[in-house]
Amino acid sequence: MARIVMDDLHKVYPGGVKAVTGISLDIADGEMIVLVGPSGCGKSTLLRMVAGLETITGGTLKIGDRVVNQLEPADRDIAMVFQNYALYPHMTVYNNLAYGLRNKGVPKAEIERRVQEAAGMLQIADYLDRKPRALSGGQRQRVAMGRALVREPAAFLFDEPLSNLDAKLRVQMRVEIRQLQKRLGTTSLYVTHDQLEALTLADRLVVLNAGQIEQVGTPMELYRRPATVFVAGFIGSPAMNMIDMAYLRDRGAAPSALPGGTDLVGIRPDDLSLTPPPGPAMVLQGRVALLEPAGAESHIYVTLDANAQPITVRVPGLPEVTEGAVVTLHAPLEALHPFNSASGKRTD
Amino acid sequence: MVENDRFGSLLAHLILILGVAAVVFPVYVAVIASTHAPGTFLQGVMPLLPGSHAIENYRTVIFEGRAQAGAPPIGLMLWNSFVMAMMVAVGKIAISLLSAFAIVYFRFRFRIFFFWVIFLTLMLPVEVRIVPTYAVVANLGLLNSYAGLSIPLIASATATFLFRQFFMTVPEEMLEAARVDGAGPMKFFKDILLPLSITNIAAMFVIMFIYGWNQYLWPLLVTNDERYYTVVMGIQRMVTGADSEPLWHLVMATVVLAALPPILVILFMQRLFVKGLVETEK
Ligand SMILES: Nc1ncnc2c1ncn2[C@@H]1O[C@H](COP(=O)(O)OP(=O)(O)OP(=O)(O)O)[C@@H](O)[C@H]1O
Ligand SMILES: [Mg+2]
Repeated sequence: MARIVMDDLHKVYPGGVKAVTGISLDIADGEMIVLVGPSGCGKSTLLRMVAGLETITGGTLKIGDRVVNQLEPADRDIAMVFQNYALYPHMTVYNNLAYGLRNKGVPKAEIERRVQEAAGMLQIADYLDRKPRALSGGQRQRVAMGRALVREPAAFLFDEPLSNLDAKLRVQMRVEIRQLQKRLGTTSLYVTHDQLEALTLADRLVVLNAGQIEQVGTPMELYRRPATVFVAGFIGSPAMNMIDMAYLRDRGAAPSALPGGTDLVGIRPDDLSLTPPPGPAMVLQGRVALLEPAGAESHIYVTLDANAQPITVRVPGLPEVTEGAVVTLHAPLEALHPFNSASGKRTD
Repeated sequence: MVENDRFGSLLAHLILILGVAAVVFPVYVAVIASTHAPGTFLQGVMPLLPGSHAIENYRTVIFEGRAQAGAPPIGLMLWNSFVMAMMVAVGKIAISLLSAFAIVYFRFRFRIFFFWVIFLTLMLPVEVRIVPTYAVVANLGLLNSYAGLSIPLIASATATFLFRQFFMTVPEEMLEAARVDGAGPMKFFKDILLPLSITNIAAMFVIMFIYGWNQYLWPLLVTNDERYYTVVMGIQRMVTGADSEPLWHLVMATVVLAALPPILVILFMQRLFVKGLVETEK
C-alpha cells in the first residue's frame, strides 16, 4: 500500500531518444491508474522507470515516502506482470511464485501460506506442480499474476498483461484483475492499448502522447470532456467526429453559442441521431456512404459534401436507411466539443 | 519420378552403408584381434572370427600391464585419462559459461576487445603454441601433474561462443523478472541461466570430454612419469616402448578398453539430450 509520486520525470535513452519528457503524477494509495496512448508514446518506458528496470534520467520518483530513483527493482517493493509473462520455464508453478520470496528470506511456512493463498485466489492451486510449458495461455497469465500477488507489494505494475489472450479470456481476466485489485487495495499502474480495458479498469486514466501527459482524469471525465483534440480522438470508439467551423458557417449550421477561438467542433458518433432531439440542435445533411450493422447497434458513415472524412453516426438497432440516400443528422448543442485546432485545446 | 527416387535412395543407402562399414571394420578388427593368442597377429593372416583368448588377454592388460607390455597397468592410465578429460571438460564449461555470461550481460570497458581476444584463441590450438606452452608449464613446475595435463587445454572459444549464442536467445524479460524477484547477477546465473543451459552443457560436456580423452601429443610431452600416463599415449608406449615385437593382442585389448569410457559418456548424456529436445521451450 503506498502512494506513488512522480515529479517531472524524464527519460532520455542512450541513443538520444527522449521517451519521457516531464511527467508529474500523484497516485493515491490504492488507486488504479491506467496509462494509454499510441504506440511509442512512452507508456512502457514510464512503467519500467517506476519498476526500476530503466534508469531515471531526470526528476524524482517516490514510492511510499521513499525516493526510489536509485533503488534496485527488488528493493522498491513493487511487483510487475510482464506482457509475455516471463515465467521461469524450468521451475514449477509453485517455485515460480516462491522464488522472489525465497530471495527475500521469507520463512518457509510463510511462503507456503502466501503461495497457497494466491493460488486459491487465482484458481491455479491444481497446477502448482506443473511447469509453465504445461499450462494454457490463460493459466500462465494467472501464474504471472500470482507471482506478483505473493510479494504483497506496495504497488502492482502491469505492462499490457492481457494482450496475448483471446478476446473472451481478456474480458474475464480484466474483470478478475479489477476485483482483485479492489479487494487488496493495492496501488496499481496498468499500461494498455485497449480502450475498453482502459475505460473499465481505471480509477483514473492517463493519456500519454509523445512522452507527455495529455490529460488525467476519471474515464468518464475524459470521455465527457476531453481537454485536447488528441484525447478526443483517442478515447471513445468509434472515434469522435471533427468538423471544421468554416464548413458549418458556409452551411449556416454553425451554432452561435460556441466560445471564441473555436474552429473545430467535435461530435461523438453516439450524439448524432437521425431524428430531432428535444432541445436545440445542430443540423447537418449528408449522403450515406456505408451502413455497418454491428449487432445491437449500427454505424452509419455519412459523407458531407466538401468534407473529405466521412462522419460516423452510431444508432441503436438497424436503421432504415439505404446507402446513397440523403439523410439529415441532428446533434444536441450541449453535446458539442469546441476546440481550437492551432493549440489543440478545448475552448470552453 | 518414383523410379528415380527409388534409385536415388538405394544409391544413398549404399553409400551410407559403405561409409559405416569403413568406420566400423577397423573397430571390429580391433575387437577380434584382442581375443586371439599372442602370435596370431604376426602370422600375416588376419582372423575375422573371435579367438579364444579374450578373458586371458583382458586380464593381462588390466592386472599386469607393464610386466609384459611395457606400460603401467591400464587401470591407472584409464584413471589418469578420466581425470584429465573431466578436468578439461568441466573446466572448459565452467570458464566458458562465465565468460559468455560476462560478455552477454555486462557492459564493461573493452568488452568487444575481450570478445575478439577470445575469438582469436580459436586460431591457436595446443599444437600451434605447443613449445611456449610447454615452457610455461615446465617453468611453473607442472610437468607430471594433473594440472599440467589439463590447464593449458582449458580455455575454449568454441564453448564460449555456443553459450553466448544461447544466452542471447533467453528473453530479456526473464532477466527483468529475476531482477524484480530480487536475484542479483550471480543468483540469476545460478538459478535461471544454468538450468536453462543444461542441454547445451551436456552437449559441450560430451564433446569436450572426448576432446580431453583423445589428447595425445600434449600428455606425451608433459609426462615422463608413468604415474601420469594417459591411456591414449600409453598405447603408443606399448607399441614402441617394449623391447620385443609389439604385443598386438594386448595393444588391441587396451584400445578397446580405451574406447569404452567416451562411449559410456555419450550413452549417458544422450538421455539428457533427448530430454532437452523434448523440452525445448524458454
Ligand atoms: N532501449 C531503448 N533505446 C532507445 N530507445 C528506446 C528504447 N526503448 C524504447 N525506446 C523508444 O522510446 C519510445 C517509447 O517507447 P515505449 O516502449 O515506452 O513505447 P510504448 O508506449 O510502450 O509503445 P507500445 O504501445 O508500442 O508498447 C519509442 O520511441 C521507442 O522507440
Ligand atoms: Mg509498450
